[in-house]
Amino acid sequence: MFKKSTANDLVGWLLASPLLVILALFLVLPICMIVAVSFWGATEFSIYPAFQFENYQYLFESSVTYAVFFKTFLFTIITWFFCLIIGFTVAYFLAFHVHSLTWQIALFLLCTIPFWTSNIIRMISWIPFLGRNGIANQSLMSLGIIDEPLEWLLFSDFAVVLAFVHLYALFMVVPIFNTMMRIDKSLLEAARDAGASGFQTLTNIIIPLTKPGIMIGSIFVVTLVMGDFITVRFMSGSQSANVGRLISNDVALLRYPSAAATSVILLITVLITIGIMLRFVNIRKEL
Amino acid sequence: MQEGRSRSFYILAAFFALFILFLYGPTITIAILSFQGPKGGLTFPMNGVSLHWFHDLFEQQAVGDIWGSFRRSFALGLMVMVTTVVISVMAGLAFRKRFWGSGILFYLVITSLIIPSILVSLGVGLIFNQLGFDIHWTTSGFGSQLTWTLPFGLLIMFAVFNRFDKAYEEAARDLGATSWQTIRYVVLPIIAPSLIGVALFGFTLSYDEFARTLLTSGSYNTLPLEIFGMTTNVTSPVLYALGTLTTVFSLLIIGAFLLIAYSARRRQAAKGSNAGDGMV
Repeated sequence: MFKKSTANDLVGWLLASPLLVILALFLVLPICMIVAVSFWGATEFSIYPAFQFENYQYLFESSVTYAVFFKTFLFTIITWFFCLIIGFTVAYFLAFHVHSLTWQIALFLLCTIPFWTSNIIRMISWIPFLGRNGIANQSLMSLGIIDEPLEWLLFSDFAVVLAFVHLYALFMVVPIFNTMMRIDKSLLEAARDAGASGFQTLTNIIIPLTKPGIMIGSIFVVTLVMGDFITVRFMSGSQSANVGRLISNDVALLRYPSAAATSVILLITVLITIGIMLRFVNIRKEL
Repeated sequence: MQEGRSRSFYILAAFFALFILFLYGPTITIAILSFQGPKGGLTFPMNGVSLHWFHDLFEQQAVGDIWGSFRRSFALGLMVMVTTVVISVMAGLAFRKRFWGSGILFYLVITSLIIPSILVSLGVGLIFNQLGFDIHWTTSGFGSQLTWTLPFGLLIMFAVFNRFDKAYEEAARDLGATSWQTIRYVVLPIIAPSLIGVALFGFTLSYDEFARTLLTSGSYNTLPLEIFGMTTNVTSPVLYALGTLTTVFSLLIIGAFLLIAYSARRRQAAKGSNAGDGMV
């Protein structure tokens, strides 16, 4: 018995070894490197090994850091909220109101196809819509709702959140739809037979059973938004900042140790956030 | 069960339609605007209709090395795709064995998925720099992209194997097949259509990847990096033309994969095998 399980472990590790090697080289080592470099020092042109807390000290003493972290959380929560509402409604429609499987698959694919196209292009594509002379301003003006173009549509926090929701709502739709499809339809019938209204069925049966999907989608959205830097940079026209931009700005100035220290704090923040979320659901069981 | 369509169906259907419009509207807008006349700008109205901006893409190279970056992105996409499929299948088979320590590896995979992309980019870049290796899209860029595609590949494999009926393997073993034969002639043919899905993720995620490639591609840009570079200094519809072309290319790739997956499943069904049933 003991022998068999050892052989099993060995084959398991052997099969998983390519995965392990890639993750060790391109995930674990880089994280270790970032942690190490976060204690290094920097001159204007180069970085040198050291063990000093200056980078962290600077980070924690700067009021910019707190403002930027706050902004990052704000973007995250607002985006998460809208993604959840949209994702749940869309998944609910697909799972319970579309009855033919062919239609379900077709409409589901229609939702997921943009996921496989370029995020950068999808951001660029908001320009003609939100710009000063864009479609939104032109239609609002011709409807007489506003007299002069709104300046805050493009290159603003509004544009950032809009782009986030546009890019990441799919990450909420897919897992929620996936969980909803596995809900036993007879439960819904039973609820109806027992006299539950549509709304009661939703709150007492569908939502509780969909929680794992909601949680997985939330983890995707939260981590993607917290780690982003390019959407904020592009959609705010470099006027707004989140933690990712703080890092990429340091990188652009070759201040790697400072970028590394910010990265460490960001990683810890993301991990704690996910840790808290994971307490609510066991993902591996839900796949 | 259903007495006609309820009112909530129409409300939800309208919501869904708006969502689809929200998803596709902007992309369709730039597709239309990329046919601007030569004097047209970045927004409506259309100033005539022409192929001027597409022509520009093929003509001058003042905007950078678009075609070179496209070739690199395509090659890198294929490399990442093949590697992702092979490694994901192997790891998927490994995880079924619930081997000792698989829990740790699983958490590593999840970390790879949720870690902010810029950290991978920064860390890999730093390591290559400090060790004096050449930062190049085929080495550092390739590895960094795998940290993004492999978790997706593995999650799909989990979904596939969780719905996999072990009776097929037991039957093969009872008939005297070795474990390699079981995998080669029973397991792989059954999961083959799902592997097309893994390949689709591998290719498209790599082809569109930006953040993990940013600091790891070296002096030769991939297409997304090239396009992003253009956003800062190109203010003509040539940007839209390029965006339209790459989106059309992505759509063709997606269409091809879906077609292959569909016909693979049809072929399975035609052979009278119901082995892939219940696997989406």
